[in-house]
Amino acid sequence: MTNSPQTRGQISIKDVVKIYDPEGAAVMAVDHCSLEIAAGEICMIVGPSGCGKTTLLNAIAGFHSINGGSIEMDGQLLCGPGKPQATPGSDRIVVFQNGALFPWKNVIDNLMFGPLMSGKLPFNEIKEKALYMMADAGLSGTENSFPGELSSGVKRRVEIVRALMNDPSVLLLDEPYRALDSLSKSVMHEALLDIYAKNKVTIFFITHDLQEALFLGTKLAIMTTRPCKPKKILTVDIPYPRSYSVVTEKRFRDLMEETSHLVHEEAKKSFAAGEKEG
Amino acid sequence: MNKIMLKLNLNLREESLIRKLLSPRFFLMITGFVIFLCFWHLSVEVWQLPRFAQLPTLRAVVTEFISTNPIYGVSIFTHELYQHILASCLRVFAAFILATLLGVPLGLFLGWSTKFREYVFPVFEMLRPIPILAWVPLAIVMFTGIETPVIFLAFLGSFFVTALNTMLGVQQIDESYFRAARCLGANSFQVFKHVVIPGAMPFIFTGLQISVGVCWFSLVAAEMVSGQYGLGYIINTSYTNVRYPTIIIGMITLGFIGYITSAMVRSVGKSLMKWRMRELALSEG
Repeated sequence: MTNSPQTRGQISIKDVVKIYDPEGAAVMAVDHCSLEIAAGEICMIVGPSGCGKTTLLNAIAGFHSINGGSIEMDGQLLCGPGKPQATPGSDRIVVFQNGALFPWKNVIDNLMFGPLMSGKLPFNEIKEKALYMMADAGLSGTENSFPGELSSGVKRRVEIVRALMNDPSVLLLDEPYRALDSLSKSVMHEALLDIYAKNKVTIFFITHDLQEALFLGTKLAIMTTRPCKPKKILTVDIPYPRSYSVVTEKRFRDLMEETSHLVHEEAKKSFAAGEKEG
Repeated sequence: MNKIMLKLNLNLREESLIRKLLSPRFFLMITGFVIFLCFWHLSVEVWQLPRFAQLPTLRAVVTEFISTNPIYGVSIFTHELYQHILASCLRVFAAFILATLLGVPLGLFLGWSTKFREYVFPVFEMLRPIPILAWVPLAIVMFTGIETPVIFLAFLGSFFVTALNTMLGVQQIDESYFRAARCLGANSFQVFKHVVIPGAMPFIFTGLQISVGVCWFSLVAAEMVSGQYGLGYIINTSYTNVRYPTIIIGMITLGFIGYITSAMVRSVGKSLMKWRMRELALSEG
């Protein structure tokens, strides 16, 4: 918001390998995965459940190490040779699958958490910013509610605003709307695009819902089932602002046709391999 | 404006008290007590069932309890009863506070730091199952006087429960809260303050409720072994002096005071965890 964000948040993933070795049986979760995400893009990662998408996200966020390759952001090495695990930081903020608003803090305290921790701004300015951003996202009036009192849709919106409070370069979203019904989902999608239009962060969005991916994304990466790597990467050339009626347009249906069999193929493979959902 | 709110609040409170008294829950509670007392009366005095016949009767206990001139010297009108209550309460208070002040931080660190847990937890787990009565000789050797060994024993029982529950409380915190805090730029100390402590709070208070009960339990055991005052002490001396109704008076008093202390801990917990209360209220409705 203060500096021009479009120049931040370019991510390049090169030949990333991740092997899980919990009981001596090495399982390859990610296999030489490469992906370029330009600054300000909404990159949708689509793949069957348990394919290793979240592993990739965790590597970018710095929740666990990688065994090979490298991940860079804006030319800076996040993890790679000599530094197996990235350091978590407020330039890359994750919005979790099951939500991670602190249930013991009310909405405004949740929003103020990040800036208060870094301690760069005085308390009053942080509070002002939080209230401003809440109003902007249509959340005014929920300041003193605890997360347990809010609907899941509102919780998700609060969590995204909590992330944006820190001016991140990248938002990492891990199937954030998975638990929502399809009606609330469509409302949330438009809200997310609205937030995106105002803030222009890079978005790394994991989903297994192809329609969601095509509706939101500028770029679509269809992943193979485990081990995970891109099967096909394509640009979604539908102009913004997109409204929900876009799903009935010809271009959208063409893209859907072009990609759905690829996703279906991987889903079948994943099902045959007996992958656990997660 | 504030005054109106306050008055409204008071009205609501009164109303909710009346509603509580009229609720079926209250009647069920009374019925439960009545059934229990009837069973006591019938089995001991009327039917004189085997094993029950030797016990003091309900009538004898009640007459003794409310007598201004009790046969065995202890009733609600005697100074002595309150002296014993006060002695026991002070000991429990000291032991419980000490156990909480030491047990909660220990449990937090046990749950938070894997390394610390690996050092300390095996020793902790070996000491924990040792019954309080087995500590009596050591307590008497270690501490002089009457008060300190008794308080030490009550403390021990309470301490292990509090520390263990606190540790479990930290361990059940969802990993994503730690990750979210890290993402938002919190350092280790900030994670401890903003995630570990509040996240473990519900378990800590469940633990404290159990711990205050265990504290009474170990106190009475200790008072029966050594001590000059206290509810455990009257129960024990009444037994040796064949004052059976007084034993029951001691027991009832203990039960009543134990119930109150436990309710006090619960209400402190409730006021500290408004978020939790609202969440639970919503999940019920």
